[in-house]
Amino acid sequence: MPLEYFLGLSAIMFTIGVLGVILRRNALVIFMSLELMFNAANLVFVTYATYYQILTGQIFVFFVMAVAAAEVAVGLALMVAIFRTKHSIDIDQMSSLKG
Amino acid sequence: MLLQEAVMNSTFQLVPLVVLLPLLGILLNWLFGKRLGEKGIGAIASLATGGSFVVSVLLALALLQNHEGAQIPLFTWISIGTLDLSWAFRVDTLSVTMMLVVSGVGSLIHIYSIGYMHEDVRHQGEPERFRRFFIFLNLFIAAMMILVSADNFLMLFVGWEGVGLCSYLLIGFWFEKGEGGLGNAKAAKKAFIVNRIGDFGLLIAIFLIFWNFGTLNFNEVFAMVPAVAGSQPEILMVITLFMLLGVTGKSAQIPLYVWLPDAMAGPTPVSALIHAATMVTAGVYLMVRSQVMYMAAPATQEVVAWVGALTALFAGLIALGQFDIKKVLAYSTISQLGFMVAAVGLGAEVAAMFHLITHAFFKALLFLSAGSVILGMEHGLEAGQKGHSGHTEGKHHDDPQDMRNMGAIRKKMPVTFVVYLIGALALAGIAPFAGFFSKDEILVAANQGNTAIFVILVAAAFLTAFYMGRQVLMVFFGDARTNAAKHAKESSLLVTIPLMILALLSVFGGALNLPGLHTLEHWLEETLIITHPAEFIVPIAVGSLVVALVAILLAYLFYGRKPLADSKAADPLAKRLGILFRWMNQKFMVDEFYQAVVIGPYHKLADFFANPIDQGLIDGVVNGLGTLTTSFAGVLRKLQTGFARTYALSIFAGLILILVYVLTRI
Repeated sequence: MPLEYFLGLSAIMFTIGVLGVILRRNALVIFMSLELMFNAANLVFVTYATYYQILTGQIFVFFVMAVAAAEVAVGLALMVAIFRTKHSIDIDQMSSLKG
Repeated sequence: MLLQEAVMNSTFQLVPLVVLLPLLGILLNWLFGKRLGEKGIGAIASLATGGSFVVSVLLALALLQNHEGAQIPLFTWISIGTLDLSWAFRVDTLSVTMMLVVSGVGSLIHIYSIGYMHEDVRHQGEPERFRRFFIFLNLFIAAMMILVSADNFLMLFVGWEGVGLCSYLLIGFWFEKGEGGLGNAKAAKKAFIVNRIGDFGLLIAIFLIFWNFGTLNFNEVFAMVPAVAGSQPEILMVITLFMLLGVTGKSAQIPLYVWLPDAMAGPTPVSALIHAATMVTAGVYLMVRSQVMYMAAPATQEVVAWVGALTALFAGLIALGQFDIKKVLAYSTISQLGFMVAAVGLGAEVAAMFHLITHAFFKALLFLSAGSVILGMEHGLEAGQKGHSGHTEGKHHDDPQDMRNMGAIRKKMPVTFVVYLIGALALAGIAPFAGFFSKDEILVAANQGNTAIFVILVAAAFLTAFYMGRQVLMVFFGDARTNAAKHAKESSLLVTIPLMILALLSVFGGALNLPGLHTLEHWLEETLIITHPAEFIVPIAVGSLVVALVAILLAYLFYGRKPLADSKAADPLAKRLGILFRWMNQKFMVDEFYQAVVIGPYHKLADFFANPIDQGLIDGVVNGLGTLTTSFAGVLRKLQTGFARTYALSIFAGLILILVYVLTRI
């Protein structure tokens, strides 16, 4: 399959992720959109790793996944804490630090 | 011979003691005074000043052997570049003469103060201030000794400021008393500020001396005067004129004399010591010391003579219209200082010094006896007022210093009367009392120098005799016009003994420079250049005597034949002179004039700087910067919406901008 297909898919995934982060207010959906962006990036990594036959890209993807997992763990913990105080995970409600 | 010289030089080494002994007195009274009680405090302070007097006498004796004198350096004070100043004491006939006067009259006044302040602190209801008074008095003696024994202009300036400070502290000694609870404090402040104007002049003169001569040491400066006078005579004129400004401040001459009458708010011994006998003569001393510079600036000499003569006449006129016993003496002091300044201006420095010495004797005597009269009146006030509760201030009918409330004191206070009479005669210039000889020398010098000044000075001498006659007749003769005067009581021996000693000095003080002998002149010619050797010209002497006698006779016609009927009666002169008397009584409105011309505009200017400039402009800039930052921040803080999605959007927008930049650059 041509390289462009993979890159196009990655671009579409990334754009959907960005729009999701910007447009949605549900914190869980935002997290999912973030994952989408991570994976768009991962897809580009593995695509080029295969294309150029270099292992580095693939190894990098593992790192990204590990870090993303850690980030999600922290993020979900925050989410739980916020839900306990605010009884909502609407991200727009979390604006008490505004200037 | 060698031994004698060694003894003599070691005597000169004693000179720092004239300053250190009063300082020791301060230290002792400061540390232990509370435990010693009034007698102990007074004894320590008097002994400290008396010790200074003994040292001064020893110095004078040593000077008899060695006329040259000496400069005794104590330590290096300032050493920067070419400026090398030592804290050095100068022993010569002029400085030792001043030391003798200051410590001699000072000791007597210290002793008098023990008795006077004992009464005064009780009358004012603050007995614990007794110690403070003597500490200030000793501080004054120390500062005055620094002034007269200085060997350079800067050290002299230290003493000059020191006596000014003591004057301020002692005028405001009862700082919470006086008119409206502020009167004394205001008088002290006035003295300080007016003196500051003069000190500014002296400081400029000292700067100019350093700039043009490169040194401040007396000997070195005076040695360079002829060279500087040859190359740039105008510099000397400027220096001496600025110095004259300092003199008009300290020695209360026109235009800066206004502080001295107000300074009478201080306790009477202070008026005697500081504002009559010693501190106010510092200006005369300074000019006599700087004689060489004045001789090289004839234009300044002329100004000096005129300032002195006009002050003598003007203050004499004002003295005529005063009712406060101390105010009369204060204006008389200004007038007599005018005589001394005029004498310096005429080049008769010895006559000025002679008058300075005799004036110190008889004016201290007059002030102290006036203090004794006031004490007696206060006694009488309390005795005659047993039924009443307290006394209201402000109305002159209760004022123990108002001469209209006195009368017939001679019967109640005979000792005070006799010494007062002696002082008054000496001041009026009646032969053979001290004032006659010294005033005569000044008149002779004026006659040789400048006829106009001579006429003015004779008129001032006439006024002197007239207002002294008026005062003596009003205070001591006639009938007692108030209860206070009826119940007046003679003061204690501690008060009257110094008066008797001063009276003796006022009688025989003229012997210092008797015509024919001229002891003082020969003594001072070791230090000064005598341009006008003293002469005794019989017509002038007789003439001045006649003038004084006529003035006293006139005073008798006005005040003696028909004394004031009661304390509310108008002054007989008021009827004769009308508006002129009112003007004299109002001090020719000089204070009001200064208020309108100097102080008022100054206040306006200060208000202008305070309100539009400081509060408006400067505060506006500072506050404006603050407000600007706040409002700018207020705009910026709108960016922090608190919505995480907005932040995410801005991060993406930033990312895109960076990408666009990076991609388009390639």
